[in-house]
Amino acid sequence: MASELDSVPVIATRKDEAIGALQQMVSKGLGWARKYSLFQYPFVTACCGMEYMTVGAARYDLDRFGAALPRFSPRQADLLMVTGTVNCKQAPILRRVWESIAEPKWVVAFGVCASSGGFYDNYATLQGIDRVIPVDVYIPGCPPRPEQVLDGIMLLQQKIQGQQHKLIDRSLPVVGGSR
Amino acid sequence: MAKVVIDALLERFPRIVTDAYEGPGGDDVVFVRKEKILEVCRFLKDDPAMAFNMAPYITAVDYLGQEPRFEVVYNLYSTSKNWRVRLRVKVPEEDAVLDSVTPVWRGADWFERYCFDMYGLRFTGHPDLRRLFMYDEFVGHPLRKDYPLRGRQPLTPEIEHPEPFRGPGPAGRD
Amino acid sequence: MSTEAKGTEMTERAAPPLPSELDAPLPSKRMLVNLGPSHPAMHGTTRAVVELDGEKLSSCKLDIGFLHRGFEKSCENVTWTQCFPYTDRLNYVSSIMNNVGFALAVEKLCRLEVPERAQYLRVITSEIHRICDHLTLVGAMGMELGAMTAFLYAIEGRDLLWDRLTELCGARLTSNYARVGGVARDLPDGWVEKTTQTLDRVVLLRDELDALLTRNRIFLDRTRNVAVVSREEAIDLGYTGPCLRASGEPYDVRKAAPYLVYDRLDFDIPVGSKGDNFDRYLLRIEEMKQSDRIIRQCFEQLAPGEIAVADPRYVLPPKPQVYGTIEGVMAHFKLVMEGIQVPAGEAYGYTEAANGELGFYLVSDGGGRPYKLGLRAPGWPMLASLPWMLRGALLADLVPTFDSINMIGGEVEQ
Repeated sequence: MASELDSVPVIATRKDEAIGALQQMVSKGLGWARKYSLFQYPFVTACCGMEYMTVGAARYDLDRFGAALPRFSPRQADLLMVTGTVNCKQAPILRRVWESIAEPKWVVAFGVCASSGGFYDNYATLQGIDRVIPVDVYIPGCPPRPEQVLDGIMLLQQKIQGQQHKLIDRSLPVVGGSR
Repeated sequence: MAKVVIDALLERFPRIVTDAYEGPGGDDVVFVRKEKILEVCRFLKDDPAMAFNMAPYITAVDYLGQEPRFEVVYNLYSTSKNWRVRLRVKVPEEDAVLDSVTPVWRGADWFERYCFDMYGLRFTGHPDLRRLFMYDEFVGHPLRKDYPLRGRQPLTPEIEHPEPFRGPGPAGRD
Repeated sequence: MSTEAKGTEMTERAAPPLPSELDAPLPSKRMLVNLGPSHPAMHGTTRAVVELDGEKLSSCKLDIGFLHRGFEKSCENVTWTQCFPYTDRLNYVSSIMNNVGFALAVEKLCRLEVPERAQYLRVITSEIHRICDHLTLVGAMGMELGAMTAFLYAIEGRDLLWDRLTELCGARLTSNYARVGGVARDLPDGWVEKTTQTLDRVVLLRDELDALLTRNRIFLDRTRNVAVVSREEAIDLGYTGPCLRASGEPYDVRKAAPYLVYDRLDFDIPVGSKGDNFDRYLLRIEEMKQSDRIIRQCFEQLAPGEIAVADPRYVLPPKPQVYGTIEGVMAHFKLVMEGIQVPAGEAYGYTEAANGELGFYLVSDGGGRPYKLGLRAPGWPMLASLPWMLRGALLADLVPTFDSINMIGGEVEQ
């Protein structure tokens, strides 16, 4: 769908904006609902897990963003938070967990090791999880300060609000692009 | 620190334990021939005057270019006598097989698996010698000096991204 | 007649079962459960394949390597000073202890003596991180057994200490503070007073944690007499640190082979008796008390002085010299480009990290990069013996056992 629209000139953009007012309201409402109730799947591997614990705890409270409850089953989650280094042995598992999460889903790469492999440029480490799954927000830092994580979550919330949400979405999930 | 131990070893295993020296910080180190390593370790553990009841660290080193190529290093500690000793066992590349010391210290199990996984040294008599860190489909032994630092063998197909800042970097050798 | 015959047949067929048949167990198959690498109780990335006989574990097989980041090979390709960030991320909960351990091992090989103030600073920061490690363990153990409050209090205590360390080292978690020949920077003004206040607050939190968990019926039932390890078995398996001391063996590197300034400090070594999960937990509460004592004594004994050896072969010269003199520029250049030239040889340097004996086996070929950097991870023997510890236990016992051995993935999987 996206590639079709890319090759067609301006008229398609106007068509895109010209979805009905009701659909826009629904999209905004669903966006509001989805961004304030993120159920995260904490795919915690390494040191960033310590900062993840801090972000979820009392001082830098993730609960006020609506994203506090971790769901340890991918079927019940919609935000995949990949915290920490993912190495080549873990990559198939990450891929499988990502595929198990139902649409709509978002992925946050927490930390530089998840974003780009960090300074582990060697035989064992995956150089960034965007080599196996599509990523929505990258939070750099080794490990990132909790304020940076909260900034990343807020950025994700802005992104979710800006996406097109439909009540009944019959489009198949696009593998290799998040909407 | 443990000269008594070194003297006892040199006396009891004359041609097997050789070249004792004192390393920096007062470590006592000896070289042991690989054929008799199990016997030496058993003596060190069972003899009440030696009493080396713990093997905190066993590792291997790859001296590429030297002959014999590998060396297995046993760091031993005695809790009752509070002394340490280090045994260095040279292992040639063609015959990279040693006796396992798991019958003596059960804790040596995973250390020997690590030596097998990372360097390719085999241990006879080990209960479960298989790869420890790397996955079974991995070919090669990563910590050997002739294995490239960036020799990645991906398990899942990866999407290549253009790397603007990936240059020679600190790992300029590879 | 025929009916009578039928009647007897029927009563014969409906004979009651024999007593042994009533007691015979129903045949059942063993269930294989995979506690996969991405699992909240597996502390990150360990895979445990357990075979269950009802609720009891009949066998447990561990599969690790999902966090192997190539620490040793990475360190072989960077200079000695550039290894410090890699060592930070080994035991990421108490990272300064890894830095200090590595620095001590390199100094052993170089035969270098570190100035006294640097030694005190190393001890202070190591003990602060030891408290952080134990707080994390107690909090995680509470959380995984359902006591969420304990987790929040522990994380708050840890956060307060990390704030002090941020002022000192620049980073909360991965501090990169020790250098070969000393430490990276000196204490900011007023840090000692602030940290004393923080420690007082952490003592209050620790006492609350103690009150919440130590005499708690549920906690005791879940952790008492679970995964008992006797003293001889613990030594044979290679345990060190709190897990060994919980089994009854009073071995602590700080007392057995004192390094830095531990011989001038007065502290006790708590030793457990039974070696079960509860002992391992209680030992950590006690060790936090001892660490607090050590830090306060260090604050009293701390004197002004140099924070690094004034030797331009190992430590970067001060900036006025670098910008003002030729020798300073040359020394700076050589240290940054080629690294510290550590004399050829090998050494095994060991310290008491929060989890046990942290050992670095270094082999140097005389150049600026390590030839071999072998890490003896303190959590390794405990993790290796986990299947043995859990024989015959219930599946629910796997969770507190995994917590109490404090397996940190970064150090075990290097």
